[in-house]
Amino acid sequence: MRENKIKSDATEGAAKTPPLMDIRNLKVYFPIKSGVLLGRTVGHIKAVDDVSLHINPGETLGLVGESGSGKTTLGRAALRLIEPTDGQVIFDGQELRDLSSQEMRQRRRELGFVFQDPYGSLNPRMTAGNMIGEPLKIHKLHSGKEDRRRQVGDLLETVGLSRSMADRYPHEFSGGQRQRIGVARALAAKPRFLVLDEPVSALDVSIQAQLINLLQDLQEEFNLTYLLIAHDLSVVRHISDRIAVMYLGKLVELSDYKALYDNPLHPYTQALLSAVPLPDRALERSRERIVLKGDIPSPRNPPTGCVFHTRCPIATDECRMTIPTMKEHAPNHYAACIKL
Amino acid sequence: MDALRGDSAPLLDVRNLVTQFVTDEGPVRVVNDVSFQINEGETLGLVGESGCGKSVTALSIMGLVPTPPGEIVSGEIYFQGQDLLRISGEDLRGIRGSQIAMVFQEPMTSLNPVLTIERQLAEPLRMHLGMTRGVAKSRACELLEMVGIPDPEDRLKDYPHRMSGGQRQRIMIAMALSCNPKLLIADEPTTALDVTIQAQVLELMMTLSKEFGTALLIITHNLGVVARFADRVNVMYSGKIREMGPADDIFDSPSHPYTIGLLNAIPRFDQGDRARLQMIKGEIPDPAHRPSGCSFNPRCPWAVDKCSVSEPSLAAVGPDHTSACWEAATVSKAQLPVAP
Ligand SMILES: Nc1ncnc2c1ncn2[C@@H]1O[C@H](COP(=O)(O)OP(=O)(O)OP(=O)(O)O)[C@@H](O)[C@H]1O
Ligand SMILES: Nc1ncnc2c1ncn2[C@@H]1O[C@H](COP(=O)(O)OP(=O)(O)O)[C@@H](O)[C@H]1O
Ligand code: SF4
Ligand code: SF4
Ligand SMILES: [Mg+2]
Ligand SMILES: [Mg+2]
Repeated sequence: MRENKIKSDATEGAAKTPPLMDIRNLKVYFPIKSGVLLGRTVGHIKAVDDVSLHINPGETLGLVGESGSGKTTLGRAALRLIEPTDGQVIFDGQELRDLSSQEMRQRRRELGFVFQDPYGSLNPRMTAGNMIGEPLKIHKLHSGKEDRRRQVGDLLETVGLSRSMADRYPHEFSGGQRQRIGVARALAAKPRFLVLDEPVSALDVSIQAQLINLLQDLQEEFNLTYLLIAHDLSVVRHISDRIAVMYLGKLVELSDYKALYDNPLHPYTQALLSAVPLPDRALERSRERIVLKGDIPSPRNPPTGCVFHTRCPIATDECRMTIPTMKEHAPNHYAACIKL
Repeated sequence: MDALRGDSAPLLDVRNLVTQFVTDEGPVRVVNDVSFQINEGETLGLVGESGCGKSVTALSIMGLVPTPPGEIVSGEIYFQGQDLLRISGEDLRGIRGSQIAMVFQEPMTSLNPVLTIERQLAEPLRMHLGMTRGVAKSRACELLEMVGIPDPEDRLKDYPHRMSGGQRQRIMIAMALSCNPKLLIADEPTTALDVTIQAQVLELMMTLSKEFGTALLIITHNLGVVARFADRVNVMYSGKIREMGPADDIFDSPSHPYTIGLLNAIPRFDQGDRARLQMIKGEIPDPAHRPSGCSFNPRCPWAVDKCSVSEPSLAAVGPDHTSACWEAATVSKAQLPVAP
């Protein structure tokens, strides 16, 4: 068992192909305000607490965790859509936090975000065409109105919609179509890196599969790198190369996609896998089920020591005292648990 | 047509139910000739994608279809031999809550935010079971304990918003089972919850309904949930049941193209290779504009000319297993037709 931290893995990777996105010891804390005018800070929500991971060019990293675990916050901080409290976000060899707002604006073109909610994320008063064309305007990537219209049409076709849909408003689209519009908009400025925040969670199964396949095709066609966020482990396996699991702001496991399913190390990952019912009778009869007791603790008041100890089936007293760190237990397979 | 199995009549017998909503485009039959039975103590899964009519089916049974715009046009719903559509409102209210109980998707909308948990739990006990205030209170306390709410004595005085989503749903289950109903209808009881909490709540619901001998109609879009918990399954699409049978048969030898499509579209993490997801092409039809004939025909890889003209009804494909498909005899999971 090697004892190097995940950070050194990122550095190792740098010797071969440098990662496109390299997140080091990232912390995003939100102040908890109190008092009549909410002026006093009485504590912090550690939405992302000392997370390190990297994403290689052309790779998909799946990021999985339940609600409040900090996935969206991590994704937003990776694009500097929110300012990290501490740590580094290095994109293509450049620390984003060092960039001036002018420089950041230029970099922004290469970074895209697809939002969690296909219903809430589109402006109801803008046509699909204007929404998709907006990034072209912002980054001045078109030569006149005609050209913009042509590019928007191309983008609509790229995501499997028809050019004629450019003049329609969001309410005229189904959930799956809205999510495609979100993807087209994110692609407009020809980004290199996309954060996909639960892009299919709100969609029906038959529509989910269409979108997953589309995302896969787009990645290949445009040589994209993805951070794919999901709340369970079923969708991500299909398109992730590596998978990271988060719980209450902490990374608890990170590995190659196959090892994570074949040999999950962390008790939380094991429970998360067991919680997803499979559409297979024989398997469901024979599978061992781990049912976690209790609720997910409030991130305002996380447990001491290992944040998972209140629900962990194998926790002991020691777990309440010791904060586990990510250790490499097999080549490129990291987990944070003192019992491993 | 619906011959009763064995010597005992089914607990619930829904016959040719048609429920419509009046919309701008005229009346739309969102539940369109649905028949099924539930036997005492069994668990029936009703699966389908959003808008197919699952909730309206449940509301029809409960006598809770909002009227107007909704209306039950025709059909019979026998519960223990009594047609719920032809009894007085008072009798129906007596049955609802005591003999048939329901758990809804969003527990916040079904718990009253301005009443304490105690009021909400104890009230039905006093109304339906004639308990005194004191007896009802200690029973309410027991019920909270039964569904794993810590410090039940204190929590009785709390209001719903102080509870987590999982706790609220567990309280709903406690309320639903409090009068020892014969039938529990659970409409997407865990869809709004986190994965590990979903597993917890479902497991609890199953254990308790087995213990109480309650029959369960579990409504979900998740075929995994059905595989894990149901004895029999109804697959619904666009207002109609398309396939019906014992859960083992539905999963091992699905005989309707829609069921097969759904099963193939689910991303699974238990299978060795990451084959591309088989998608169902096209969109779920708007019930006001259903395709003619078999309404699945524009999306169906097996469709033949007849399918767009003439509507198939459920016909036997095996013992107790029916499918509404002209091609049912040739349709199978193992052999997808070559895409045109
Ligand atoms: N702007 C904010 N101000 C204060 N707290 C916030 C803010 N954004 C997020 N949080 C808190 O940070 C924690 C992590 O939130 P985040 O949205 O990243 O979770 P998530 O993993 O994406 O959850 P979900 O699955 O529900 O989308 C939560 O406790 C959340 O309430
Ligand atoms: N109160 C209502 N007024 C008008 N239409 C409704 C109403 N409730 C449901 N519907 C329509 O009935 C159809 C079936 O809905 P529902 O039973 O809720 O679907 P689901 O299978 O997702 O539970 C949908 O087209 C829906 O839009
Ligand atoms: S450190 Fe302890 S509580 Fe945390 S996951 Fe490991 S065994 Fe469980
Ligand atoms: S009846 Fe025809 S269109 Fe409908 S499911 Fe069967 S083969 Fe497909
Ligand atoms: Mg989120
Ligand atoms: Mg519903």
